Amino acid sequence: MSHPLLTKFIQKNRRAEVPEFRPGDTVRVHVKIREGDKERLQAFEGTVIARKNTGMGESITVRKVSFGQGVERIFPLHARVIDHIDVVRTGRVRRAKLYYLRDLKGKAARLRERE
Amino acid sequence: MSPGILGKKIGMTQVFRADGQAVPVTLLKAGPCLVVQRKTPTIDGYDAVQLGLVEFVKPARINKPATGHLKKAGVEGAKFLREFSLRPGDDDFKPGDKVLVDQFKPKDKVDVIGVSKGRGFAGLVKRHHFRGGAASHGSMFHRAPGSIGASSFPSRVLPGMRMAGHMGNARVTVRNLEVIEVDAEDNVLVVKGAVPGPNGGYVVVRRAKR
Repeated sequence: MSHPLLTKFIQKNRRAEVPEFRPGDTVRVHVKIREGDKERLQAFEGTVIARKNTGMGESITVRKVSFGQGVERIFPLHARVIDHIDVVRTGRVRRAKLYYLRDLKGKAARLRERE
Repeated sequence: MSPGILGKKIGMTQVFRADGQAVPVTLLKAGPCLVVQRKTPTIDGYDAVQLGLVEFVKPARINKPATGHLKKAGVEGAKFLREFSLRPGDDDFKPGDKVLVDQFKPKDKVDVIGVSKGRGFAGLVKRHHFRGGAASHGSMFHRAPGSIGASSFPSRVLPGMRMAGHMGNARVTVRNLEVIEVDAEDNVLVVKGAVPGPNGGYVVVRRAKR
């Protein structure tokens, strides 16, 4: 659909290696943090509850429960601040957007592993 | 240094700067262009250069006078011709000279001129950003213009009153867009921000005037 030169430009600018994962999978996103002139990596581990958009604007929403408090972060997949993404475990889900997980906690919020 | 280049809008996307900032960008297929005519003060009364965007054009789509005009410069396959006035410091051009995107480099500022998308007969809310009335709660005033002036004095509508009418399909200039990237191989110019017109629409890219 889109112009071949636009596709080429996006191919060139996007992240070289995005591991394959789907909503329901647990990922660890390593974010570059700059403190003064030092740079370190901070990991954010949680369940992917949404994967939105295509092209350069592609983003994922990662949800975790931290000290009983639900925390969600939205990461633009191709942003420079993301160093790399690890897939920790897979999860079998039946829909693309897992917003229902926000209303569940504890045992109910578990997801079965995908074969 | 050429005063500008002709091109076509490819589409929009975004890139990330080194500091992580996301930048909206428009890709333009800019050039290759050929100089079709050099207008000089002695002959034409002003100093300008006429460029033609080289692309595939059926010969039958160009009428005979235009074909002759292009032939004089030794140019083939150009239907989008535009003039750029020359300023002191610009290169001198001869008919048949090539103008390519590599004339531009990142961080340059350019003005982009295009024809905006036509919106047809548009109301005030769309055309002039009027606020309109409440949609519900018994409101009987939705998207109508409201008052357009006083009564017996002046007994007329003042000129320039903003009203509904034809919107878009007009020449629009967007000034001082930053060049983000230049791809000389594919003749692609990447500028920051939006550019008037639909994807595939012709645009004039000119070095920023101010």
